[in-house]
Amino acid sequence: MKRGIGHPAATLAGDIPVPRGHRVDRLGALLAVVGIAAFVFLPLVVFKSNRLVPGDPRGWLEALPRWAALGSAATLALVAIVALRASSAALRLGAALLGLVIVALAVAAAANALTPPGNRIVRVAPGSGFWVLLVALGLLMTDAVTRLRPGPGLRVLFLALLIALVGFALSRGVFDNLSVMREYAVNADRFAREFRQHLWLALGSLAAAVVVGLPIGIVCHRSARLRAAMLGTLNVIETIPSLALFGILMAPLGALAAAVPLAAALGIQGIGTAPAIIALFLYALLPIVANTAAGLRRVSPAIVEAARGMGMTSWQVLVSVELVLALPVILTGIRIVLVQNIGLATIAALIGGGGLGTFVFQGIGQTAIDLVLLGAIPTVALAFTAAVVLDAIVEITERARR
Amino acid sequence: MINVESLTKEYGTTTVVDRVSMLIPRNSITVVVGSSGSGKSTLLRMVNRLVEPTRGRVTIDGSDTRSEPAHLLRRRIGYVIQGHGLFPHRTVAENIATVPRLLGWTATRIGSRVEELLEVFQLEPARYAHAFPHQLSGGQQQRVGIARALAAEPSVLLMDEPFGALDPITRAKAHRELLDIQRRFGTTIVLVTHDMDEAFRLADQVAVMSEGRMLQYDPPAALLTRPADPFVSRMTGMADRAMRLLSLTTAAEAALPGGSSGPSVAATASLRDVLSELLWRGADSAVVTDEDGTPRGHLTVEAILAHGRPR
Repeated sequence: MKRGIGHPAATLAGDIPVPRGHRVDRLGALLAVVGIAAFVFLPLVVFKSNRLVPGDPRGWLEALPRWAALGSAATLALVAIVALRASSAALRLGAALLGLVIVALAVAAAANALTPPGNRIVRVAPGSGFWVLLVALGLLMTDAVTRLRPGPGLRVLFLALLIALVGFALSRGVFDNLSVMREYAVNADRFAREFRQHLWLALGSLAAAVVVGLPIGIVCHRSARLRAAMLGTLNVIETIPSLALFGILMAPLGALAAAVPLAAALGIQGIGTAPAIIALFLYALLPIVANTAAGLRRVSPAIVEAARGMGMTSWQVLVSVELVLALPVILTGIRIVLVQNIGLATIAALIGGGGLGTFVFQGIGQTAIDLVLLGAIPTVALAFTAAVVLDAIVEITERARR
Repeated sequence: MINVESLTKEYGTTTVVDRVSMLIPRNSITVVVGSSGSGKSTLLRMVNRLVEPTRGRVTIDGSDTRSEPAHLLRRRIGYVIQGHGLFPHRTVAENIATVPRLLGWTATRIGSRVEELLEVFQLEPARYAHAFPHQLSGGQQQRVGIARALAAEPSVLLMDEPFGALDPITRAKAHRELLDIQRRFGTTIVLVTHDMDEAFRLADQVAVMSEGRMLQYDPPAALLTRPADPFVSRMTGMADRAMRLLSLTTAAEAALPGGSSGPSVAATASLRDVLSELLWRGADSAVVTDEDGTPRGHLTVEAILAHGRPR
């Protein structure tokens, strides 16, 4: 096949015509090799006689009934073939989803098979093989979704379907014999409380940062001198390690609570929710202020000039022109803050701020890795959901402002 | 009528506009020409108080522009800038409706005004009213920019390099449209440009600015025949000043009575174009005809050449 020298785009786009059947997808090949290696050499689950002892790894054939092991092996082999060959993105997405469902069902089935009926002491935890396969299939799915380039609405719909699917499986008790769900069963009411607290920490500090950061960002846009000083200060705050910042806040807030009874009555103390929210708020400030200023700077001076020239008041120019046009960039800042806060809020548990971090640090203290996962998995899921939803919102607002 | 009285703008120790006075007659096009940094834009922006003067004042129809808040003043004055400055997040109709909305017009009044303007500017309402600016061509965007400035029926229209971003063909079309619009609405237009050709094509009177000072303020022909300053001659160009002078007079204005043989030329054509046509055809005289072909008189090469000399 002759390659057109005058069309570099054709070689960049990767659609050089090559006879069918010989095309191998490089990422797919890597993921297939990793996945097969994980399937063959790494344990699907780890069996523990109780929640604290080190476990005993079990491969697919040891953990599952023979027919289930062979069936899932055949299905995953099919997924690997699809990943290897440069097939259509939709097919690859379907294969990745099928693979994820198979791996999830396999780990649940292994837990059911290995747990003696009625026994609530033994633990069956997902093994390294499960996690590696999960990551490989997750990457395959992400890659396929990226290639399909779905619109923002479709992406959110896809996420909602995924959440509904997982929610349905959880509500039907599919994973109940798995170690993490065992920990959940023990901690169910605490989990709901800490989950809500986690959301409150992340969203409360975000709301405060938006209320304070937006005006600061606007003022920074107007005055170059203030911008340099403000962004410099916020940059320094951003470099303080999170644990250190929580520690730094303990002393002044403790003193404030001791000196001002009203502050104490409002719940401001050296430890607890107040310093956690204040620390998260301080971290959130830089992205909000910086993005507000950057978004406003991006608005064409000609548009602002025209708006003023037609007789809009300064307030009207700001609200109905500048902020509206800067919105996608400001929302990008909010997205950064929300995802960052959902992760950082985990640390709040260390100073009595609660949240899902409670389970993580309790689990570390007790060397109960299942408890760590009970805190970590929902945190990751929350951050992922926030990222997808806000990315979609940013894209929708961006589309309306070309 | 706009009366600019000894208008001065200083930034620190730099004087950007230096004691400029000019009387801008109603219902005419005044073009302010100058190189970049001459203070011409600042002068224009002091009229609608986007820049507040350091000294001096501006009155429009006798009332001082400082007698009301700046934003209210600006709603009565149309303003068009280079690169149009359309709101990218609003439709064409919403863009045009900006000032009427600020003024609190009723929705029906706004709707009919927007439709009228779209038709005047040859933008079919059904097709363009709900389009976004990025879906339009450069020339169309510029027309929407002018329509937006005229929406609230201002008596004064200020234009800052309005055609700077257009290609030559689109610009020539925009010039003809602007002359039509001016005639139709009787708006007093003040236009700033660095392009002397544009000034000669549009202006009833031209103000030449350099380094903050106004060197000359006269009808275009006077800039050629009686330049007040060597800089004015440089701006208008010495080499082709006779041709420029010819381009300022139409065939109808110069036509001699009686018929004659020769090619027929349009009454609206400039003497420069008629001369060119005669040279091309090797003819000595031409018949000046109306749009419908009725003869209005004739022109000879000799008569045309007489118009190219200063009197």
